[in-house]
Amino acid sequence: MQSKSSPVSLFEIYTCFFWIGLLSFGGGLMPWIQREVVTRRNWLSNEEFLPGMAMSQVLPGVNSTNVAVYVGQHLRGAIGSAIALSGILTGPIIMVVFAAFSYQYVLGVPAIQAAAAGVAAAAMGMMLCTAISAVQACGLKLAPICVMIATFIMIGILHMSLITVVAIMTPISVFLSWPKSTQEHSTQVHSTQVHKADSDA
Amino acid sequence: MRENNLLGLMIVLAPLSLASVGGATAIYAPLQHEAVELRQWVTPQEFLNYFTIMRFMPGPSSMLGALIGWKLEGFWGVLVATLSLYVPSSLVCYGVARSWSHFAGKPWHTAMQRGLMPVAAGLICAGVLNLFLLSGGSLAYAGMIVSVAAVLMWKQKLHPTPLLITGALIFETLYQLNLL
Repeated sequence: MQSKSSPVSLFEIYTCFFWIGLLSFGGGLMPWIQREVVTRRNWLSNEEFLPGMAMSQVLPGVNSTNVAVYVGQHLRGAIGSAIALSGILTGPIIMVVFAAFSYQYVLGVPAIQAAAAGVAAAAMGMMLCTAISAVQACGLKLAPICVMIATFIMIGILHMSLITVVAIMTPISVFLSWPKSTQEHSTQVHSTQVHKADSDA
Repeated sequence: MRENNLLGLMIVLAPLSLASVGGATAIYAPLQHEAVELRQWVTPQEFLNYFTIMRFMPGPSSMLGALIGWKLEGFWGVLVATLSLYVPSSLVCYGVARSWSHFAGKPWHTAMQRGLMPVAAGLICAGVLNLFLLSGGSLAYAGMIVSVAAVLMWKQKLHPTPLLITGALIFETLYQLNLL
């Protein structure tokens, strides 16, 4: 899949993840990364990004740094991973030092808490947008829709542990999407490449 | 003393890097035990303060470890803590990502890819619901979430930062008007 004519520069990778790391208040960085990397820059397609996202949640470590490593690896290999990781951590490091100086004054000011809540709410909106585009990327077929709903219910409503849910749903989902014949597989690969070509244009 | 503290940070945080499965919150309990009770790097009240700060900070909430590093050894403490927290797990992730892209194009890889997509989509949807409920599930939140999502769906290339700042300003106004 790494057949890009001109590879993404390390500077671009660093800058992209630096801003994601610095500005992503209010928890989940995943929607940021999906939006910057897939929607705005077309570095990866949703087909390439979403599996990385799922893996990042199950692997040890923080989801966002794992996704940064995944995207960096996809774009430029080991050095890409290192650059993406340092990019996403630079902003938080600066902010931690800043916070260590000033937190006594900042905390407990209700006005600041309200503003922070506003940022968090807007960030959830971004997450909803990512959710919608992830659902769209899966297509309108029975099997993926059932897997999606089952995953949603187990995590969101039954509050089962993430590891358990992924361990149950992944084999089922992979089994359901196993290519029936080699011919179907080749059309699938073809369609992915066409999608890629579209997004490059 | 300094070397001891930096080494101690490494010894405590590097294993936690690999233990934080399913989100940074998994490491809070063991970190508290080590940093507050065993090594007495910070007081219980300081740990609680750090926890609150992290809710208002960008980046992963396990950066809490970096605040402890700052208290112990200033900038070098932050650096050692951050590297210990994220390098070990990143190496594991790099290994997986590398072998994953190595097999791209194989039939089972395509099946895995297609199989993982709806799982990821379900996880994100559940994430939205849980965060919304965690925030108290108020009307102000619901309105903000839906409108931001609508704007972002409509303008695909829009940078999200102005929307986040708008969100802060609207909530600030609501708060000043006693509506929040």
